Amino acid sequence: MLAQPDTAPGAATLAGGARREGSPWTGLWAVVAKEMADYLTSARMFILELITVIAAAGTVFTATERLRESVGQDPFLFLRLFTTGRDPLPAFVGFLVFLVPIISIALAFDMVNGEFNQRTMSRLLAQPIYRDALLLGKFLAGLFTLALVLTTIWLLIAGMGILRLGVPPGGEEAARILWFLLLTVAYGGVWLALGLLCSIVARQPATAALAALATWLFFTVFWGMLARMLAQAIRPVRFGLPSELLALAQMEQALTRISPNTLYAEATVALLNPEVRSLGLVLPSQLEGAILGAPLPLAESIRLGWPHLVGLIAAAILLFALGYVLFQRREIRA
Amino acid sequence: MSEIVLQADGLTKRYGDFTAVDNLNLTVERGEVFGLLGPNGAGKTTTILMLLGLTEPSAGSVRVLGLDPARSPLSVKARVGYLPDQVGFYDQLTARENLSYTARLNGIPRREAATRIEEALKRMGLGAVMDKRVGAFSRGMRQRLGLAEILVKRPELIIMDEPTLGLDPEAALEFLDMIRSLRSEGITVMLSSHLLHQVQAVCDRVGLFSQGKLVLLGPVDELARQVLGGGHRILVEAEGDADLAAALGRVDGVLAVRREGPARFVLDAASDLRAAVARAVVEAGGKLLALASEVPNLEEIYARYFQKEAANARAT
Repeated sequence: MLAQPDTAPGAATLAGGARREGSPWTGLWAVVAKEMADYLTSARMFILELITVIAAAGTVFTATERLRESVGQDPFLFLRLFTTGRDPLPAFVGFLVFLVPIISIALAFDMVNGEFNQRTMSRLLAQPIYRDALLLGKFLAGLFTLALVLTTIWLLIAGMGILRLGVPPGGEEAARILWFLLLTVAYGGVWLALGLLCSIVARQPATAALAALATWLFFTVFWGMLARMLAQAIRPVRFGLPSELLALAQMEQALTRISPNTLYAEATVALLNPEVRSLGLVLPSQLEGAILGAPLPLAESIRLGWPHLVGLIAAAILLFALGYVLFQRREIRA
Repeated sequence: MSEIVLQADGLTKRYGDFTAVDNLNLTVERGEVFGLLGPNGAGKTTTILMLLGLTEPSAGSVRVLGLDPARSPLSVKARVGYLPDQVGFYDQLTARENLSYTARLNGIPRREAATRIEEALKRMGLGAVMDKRVGAFSRGMRQRLGLAEILVKRPELIIMDEPTLGLDPEAALEFLDMIRSLRSEGITVMLSSHLLHQVQAVCDRVGLFSQGKLVLLGPVDELARQVLGGGHRILVEAEGDADLAAALGRVDGVLAVRREGPARFVLDAASDLRAAVARAVVEAGGKLLALASEVPNLEEIYARYFQKEAANARAT
């Protein structure tokens, strides 16, 4: 028990706002463990894993068909497993750009409103834990589940690569693949936080799922077109001067980078294609003296994708914080 | 001197212009069963949420077990059990799994929790369905599971919101029995309800809510005296001639006589006048068939109170 001086009720309320009893994370791991156990045994998870495994196996199998011819010539053979596609199948990274958001949204869309609908929320919050622990616990459980699924897929791909190509990945390749895994988890985190936010705002899980999927669709399909139109409005080309064209192109790129999909795709290119030296516009004058086709060292590639990775993490934190504020203010009546 | 478990001073909750709870003053002592009564929307649930620290009061203060629930929510929630209105559980988990999640949230060590859970489930008559999924449970079973969950915590105070709502009469009676057995263990219970006869059966004291205000407070028979006036009510079944009613009315202390059937009278009396009434019937040449003192009925107190209120409102 805490020894507290007896103060006026008003003062107690004020002080209560400033400092709370105990850690806000009491019970966090109990929530994480329970939610992860729920995910890993759910039919929803099984379906998502099945789709991902089929996509991975299909694309990587066709990639190895093509890559067998170039064994011994390409120093980054393993990275090509992720980026090589053959008609009609796209490369595995192409699948990931939309598989990861769908998995994340599917994990998160009923995180909070599901508790309300099952009428378990008030019972849960009558236990000695803070809302902080509940919300973060749910988010972390989603993130860990996603990381677990992706790690499994990565290992499967590596295994298939070794079996079908007959060469193990080099140290740098392994490092690049792990960084790529981290990037993918961060990308999933953004959509997980979005799904969580929707599940706090919308009372019905179906509404939350639709809202989150609509946002995803917007960024996947419409944002590119919209960015071009906006760029043309902000930086119109009046006289056709090269400086105008350059400004337009730069504005358009800046706008498209608002979309997490663009950030992820660009950073993926930097990590999995060591030859890529810039993700922005490159002028011929900047290429003077460069040896084209020579791979960048790992640290340089990471530096190239670093702003993107940080941007994704920041977006996830921002969305989570917004949801956190809304959830803390929510009146619990059911 | 008994210890005060729950204390509210000037507790008020406003939602915009609407005052859900208005200046509530209330104390509950250890070992008591206290009933919060009132029509739906009178502010019972809001009061309970404020007592638990789940909703912040607009004004006033609350002390639960000597602590402020807004300031030390974890200690309060660890020692107070709450059974919400229409309690829900995770349908895909078994009864045992549901409770072990709550036990973990309460920080009860795993082995200790396992024995406590088994004990609580058996006590609530759920021993046979411990490892069945909660999805298949009936409303009454869920309610008992809710109480089992609270018992796992070993609380000092249990707050229940409409615990018998939606239960069939038999299940409701069983549930009331369980509440009585909690009192015998010294656990303080506060329950809200609008099912008055059930509240009357278990509560030591009741508080009557009307439009956010606590308008009546006290033991049931005391409220009866306040509201019904006389307080004693005598039921007479007697056969006799026409002036039997008049003879009953002449008995000293009888305030009113109502004829409810051909041989059935209800008397409002200032005290227990059964002996005098029996004599009056016999002296009037009637045949006395039955004589009983009727316990004041909470339902009647309730109805009468609101009738008076309405009359006052018209008068002013």
